[in-house]
Amino acid sequence: MRITVTSVLVDDQEKALRFYTEVLGFAKKTEIPLGEHRWLTLVSPQDPDGVELALEPDEHHGAQAFKRTLVEDGIPYTMFSVEDVQAEHDRLTGLGVVFTQPPTEMGGMTTAVLDDTCGNLLMIAAMQPAADG
Amino acid sequence: MVAAVGDVFKALADPTRRAILDELQERDGQTLFELCTRLVGRHGLGSSRQAVSQHLDVLEAAGLVRTRRQGRYKFHDLDTSPLRAVTERWRLDRRGANP
Repeated sequence: MRITVTSVLVDDQEKALRFYTEVLGFAKKTEIPLGEHRWLTLVSPQDPDGVELALEPDEHHGAQAFKRTLVEDGIPYTMFSVEDVQAEHDRLTGLGVVFTQPPTEMGGMTTAVLDDTCGNLLMIAAMQPAADG
Repeated sequence: MVAAVGDVFKALADPTRRAILDELQERDGQTLFELCTRLVGRHGLGSSRQAVSQHLDVLEAAGLVRTRRQGRYKFHDLDTSPLRAVTERWRLDRRGANP
């Protein structure tokens, strides 16, 4: 058994596709029409054969309530790794992205939390370089 | 409304609640998630989110923490003004005090 796809529940697939590709920088991998919606997955250009992220519709009312309460408490739906959290924060802020938590160092990691405009918060994280000596 | 002084003492009596105030002093406007992460990462306090939420309720009742909704997010701010009641009752600049 392998993990090949993970998913995020979005309020609008087209809007999500734009945000996750044009702003975050992921690339579209598969798109299969399924009536009203699509099976839509993305990969990181740094890892095109890696785990795919599916953008799934959040139509179920339970999903919407779940997302709303997570966002209210600032809880990220999922997380992505970056090289440099501060640099990514600055780049995304320049593109108008809202952060609920600026880059913060804690427990050997630097993390920040941003709004994906599709009803989710996302964490970006980097391990801190090991101190010399 | 000004909270009773007793509530302030009770709120400050717990080490996790004091750690929450320490973290909010460093940065206002934190979500519950950020506070929980800071408590684990910086204080080694692995309290559940529910427990931290209850601590925040106590701090808010004492007037030491204020909650504000901004859009869909809920942020917490530090308010040190209830501490004034403590130093007004037992003054820091008491006349006739031994040095």
